[in-house]
Amino acid sequence: MNTRKITIGVVSGLAAIPIVGFFLQGLSKIDSSIFFAWDFYAEVVVKGLLQGVMYALVALGFVLIFKASSIFNFAQGAMVLFAALAMVGFMEWGVHWILAFVLAGGVMVLVAFLIERVVLRPMVNQPHIILFMATIGIFFVLDGVGQTIWGSNVKALDIGISRQPIIAFQGTLLPNGMYLDPTEIVAAVVGALMVALLAVLFQYTKVGRALRAVADDHQAALSVGIPLKTIWAIVWSVAGIVALVAGVMWGSSLGVQFSLSLIALKALPVLILGGFTSIPGAIIGGLIVGAGEQVGEVFLGPLVGGAIQDWFAYMLAMVFLLFRPQGLFGEKIIERV
Amino acid sequence: MFYREAGQFKASYAADQAIYPIRQDKLGILLMLAFAVFVIPFIAPIYWLNSILIPFLIFSLAALGLNILTGYCGQLSLGTGGFMACGAFFSYKLTTAFPDVNILIVFLLAGLGTAMVGVLFGLPSLRIKGFYLAVATLAAQFFLIWMFNKFGWWTNHSPSGVISAPPREIFGNVTVTGPSAPPEYKYLFLLILVSLLALVAKNMVRSRIGRSWMAIRDMDIAAEIIGIRPMLAKLSAFAVSSFFIGISGALWAFTYSGSVEALAFEINRSFEVLFMIIIGGLGSVLGSFLGAAFIVLLPILLDNLPPLLGIPLSVEMVAHLRLIIFGGLIIFFLIVEPAGLARLWQIGKEKLRLWPFPY
Repeated sequence: MNTRKITIGVVSGLAAIPIVGFFLQGLSKIDSSIFFAWDFYAEVVVKGLLQGVMYALVALGFVLIFKASSIFNFAQGAMVLFAALAMVGFMEWGVHWILAFVLAGGVMVLVAFLIERVVLRPMVNQPHIILFMATIGIFFVLDGVGQTIWGSNVKALDIGISRQPIIAFQGTLLPNGMYLDPTEIVAAVVGALMVALLAVLFQYTKVGRALRAVADDHQAALSVGIPLKTIWAIVWSVAGIVALVAGVMWGSSLGVQFSLSLIALKALPVLILGGFTSIPGAIIGGLIVGAGEQVGEVFLGPLVGGAIQDWFAYMLAMVFLLFRPQGLFGEKIIERV
Repeated sequence: MFYREAGQFKASYAADQAIYPIRQDKLGILLMLAFAVFVIPFIAPIYWLNSILIPFLIFSLAALGLNILTGYCGQLSLGTGGFMACGAFFSYKLTTAFPDVNILIVFLLAGLGTAMVGVLFGLPSLRIKGFYLAVATLAAQFFLIWMFNKFGWWTNHSPSGVISAPPREIFGNVTVTGPSAPPEYKYLFLLILVSLLALVAKNMVRSRIGRSWMAIRDMDIAAEIIGIRPMLAKLSAFAVSSFFIGISGALWAFTYSGSVEALAFEINRSFEVLFMIIIGGLGSVLGSFLGAAFIVLLPILLDNLPPLLGIPLSVEMVAHLRLIIFGGLIIFFLIVEPAGLARLWQIGKEKLRLWPFPY
């Protein structure tokens, strides 16, 4: 990946945060004695950034599959739900959560192989929109199967993260410190680990090289002897495990329930912001969307009646897209007649 | 044997360019329309009219609209639900503000308003393509639903956020909207309106503007080079498509459900309409109708089948099974015939031409 671009993205993103903050705070606090309430603003931004990592975890799965097979996998959200349900199901049998995690990972690999065999293989060479619709079909099936097996009640997923908020960054700049949710901090660490792991997988292993080759050019990869079907099954398995991690994180903060499958809708703006084909893009897109959403909700929301999270991220992403139609880190679209 | 065009000579360009150049086709469609107008309202039970035929007609119109945008112009849109909501709320505001204006004019005005909204949200399509555009249209979906849900002005400050369609007459005392209207009237009104709009759509896609849409769909850069203005083509597709979808949303609120809230037009509605055009056939007017029929009938079938077969199932189980079967059938259909039901229909017609000979 282009390091310079990433640096520019990160730096400009970080620079934008105080600028936006200054603007918003200045507008609302122009006649107040505290011109700029840094601590409150910082808390909102950090909350948003952590939330953004959670979005990015979901978006990662999308990116993996899109990179390797240019399939826009709408079922990623359902995979998150399915994985979390499977894990909770195993834990209800009295299995320790680490073992349950491994077992659920196995289930996701199984699901990946099934999807490859039943859905993808007969649909090779179909237009992208048809494959996209097929993944919506997968969405319904996974949703139905998951809820048939494990029921549709809200379930708690407890992996030993305390619910007590942590007070952090107490200092001269922030006299009151800020309250942070431990789950979100764990999610941030896990997210960073995942990206590092995926980077190693993609850069330094044989499978990773094959994955990159397939992502570049299906036919060329086939002609040098890379088994496309196996690669697809592997990619879907990896995406399934990413979904499991996302499911654990979301499940332990919200509880495992049907609405988990709808966080895919939250991941979509992250995805187009970062670019469909870029793993760092997913993370940085997640951070921008998370922070933008929180800042927008807290500072702009009251002006227009609140609850703007539903669409704010999409509008943000659309504005970005108008300047960079392939997302921040997407591959340059070259069109020929 | 009976379906042959042999001996039907065309002596003028007009005859050659007719929508149904084959006499049997023309006759068939006229017979079908006659049956739908003169027979169905008298023999169909109320349940059939209310929960199958009326939603079928409304969804056909929505699918037709989306097909113009996605099937003919190649711009993938997931904002259908939002545009349907636009039509519903625009017509509600219009008809409560001007109760004396004929409801047909209200619907058309609401359609025009939706077309303007559609053009606005279609502007990004000039720069964004493919799935990026699809996700960008989700912005329209979420923003519009949020707007109708949030601001009481749209619902005339109804405390529950629900609008109930007032009864309106089309002419004389023929009430066609609201819960009190007789379903036969609603059905006939819808049938005539949808048939006329389908005729408009069919002629549009056969004419200059439709050909420019298809050129943009097939390869936009090449189309631009041969002199088609992409801005005009794309935005007109957005406008026409939103016009149709807006009217269908208005009809949904006014004739089908009677009372409706913004959440009835959620993202699932968008997917439903998208399924219709994919299963029916992208880039086909007939396909929009076939797909709508399929998607409207499928859940009803899935609901009624287990009791008919005598399998006892809990309500929750049925809901889950419905999801599984629905998803499975969609995947099955996409594998078996990705070009949709319209293609199957065409194959059937080809076979019928030769019948009873093999070739």
